[in-house]
Amino acid sequence: MPGVTHVQTTINGEEVNFLCEPRQSLLECLRDVVGMTGTKEGCNDGNCGACTIIFDGRIVDSCLVLGVEAQGKDMTTIEGLATPEGLHPLQQSFLEQAALQCGICTPGFIVAAKALLDAEPDVDEARVRHWLAGNLCRCTGYDKIVRAVLDASQKMK
Amino acid sequence: MEWIDFATPKTISEAVEMLASKGDRARAMAGGTDVLVQLRGGRRSADLVVDVKGIPELNVLSYSAQDGLTLGAAVPCFRIYQHKAVIDNYPGLIDSASLIGGIQIQGRASIGGNLCNASPSGDSIPAIIALSAVANIAGPKGTRQVPAEDFCTGPGRSVLENGEILVSITIPVPLAHSGANYLRFIPRNEMDIAVAGVGSSVVLDASGQNIVSARIALASVAPTPVFSKAAGDSLAGKAVSDAAIQEASEKAMADAKPIDDMRGTVRQRVHLVGVLTRRTLNNAIQRARGG
Repeated sequence: MPGVTHVQTTINGEEVNFLCEPRQSLLECLRDVVGMTGTKEGCNDGNCGACTIIFDGRIVDSCLVLGVEAQGKDMTTIEGLATPEGLHPLQQSFLEQAALQCGICTPGFIVAAKALLDAEPDVDEARVRHWLAGNLCRCTGYDKIVRAVLDASQKMK
Repeated sequence: MEWIDFATPKTISEAVEMLASKGDRARAMAGGTDVLVQLRGGRRSADLVVDVKGIPELNVLSYSAQDGLTLGAAVPCFRIYQHKAVIDNYPGLIDSASLIGGIQIQGRASIGGNLCNASPSGDSIPAIIALSAVANIAGPKGTRQVPAEDFCTGPGRSVLENGEILVSITIPVPLAHSGANYLRFIPRNEMDIAVAGVGSSVVLDASGQNIVSARIALASVAPTPVFSKAAGDSLAGKAVSDAAIQEASEKAMADAKPIDDMRGTVRQRVHLVGVLTRRTLNNAIQRARGG
């Protein structure tokens, strides 16, 4: 097909190949082309953080990355957190602390929080709130989310 | 989003050739945090998006005590606020780079892109104007330099002509006893567009009591970022005092020509320019004194 690009990338440690049009966002490619629907679409313009993934070591809004930019890159999505042995400590803490209601924002929060805790194991509430300012949640009022991240940070030590 | 072609040039000349071949139907993209939103929302259209992140010169972030700071146009904000020489020498730039968007946006968005997007509310633009930044441009006719305060020509419009790209921004070595600060007013704590913003820089004499020179620039109060030369010049040669700072803030308010919109009113914005000018000047003076 003319204009369709072959992209070879690494998602959650595995090589993935997909075809996409240059206009398609990485979010769209993940969900609709690769079939990994864990990453959610919220606002689709970089305000809500629901589509947060770790891209080349930094959290980004995958709606503001083009699929073709994933060529040769390495990314982590929410599907990369749990192992066959069990949930990631953040996922466990979100459950225990009831840090989600409708759940659409949850993968973005958890991926963003993972990047924070991997880089900074000793976080306080202010740091967590600042780091997660790019993730919006219209259900919880944020308190339980922040508590869950702080709880996970203790578990991960 | 409409169909686009996508290119990843590896050199400046290749990028210029691609952009020139499509004229105003081509857009350069660095982090994409403005361009992709505009293309998707129909506020801009393009046949060709040229990803400039693969060009080495646009990724340079280097400081030397001779040449000052060279900030490649595609360097994302997080690299700036993690860079020790920038933290040590340009805290006024860190102010801006660390409050644009959230952490996700700062992973992609660049100061160069903020300048090229030419929004009146771009948070980094008053900061780099205050720091006497110069934009280094490459195009089909060669290279040229434009002071940051002359770069933006209207909302979303700049001096860049078809085929031209911003390569880097250079900021001179900070003088002894100098300091800078950028502040904005937003109704939220994070992730918002400035209702008004002010960037100030000052150079003091060795005693730290007198102002040698100052530069003040404003955001969100005109069709472009505003360099308030009158406000900065009013401080030159004066002793540091509340009265001198008050006078400068009144001159900055006189240069603010805002509109009423959903983010704020004319009256509020002019008032904010006064408050923020005073605060940024006091903060800049404190930094100039080593505090």
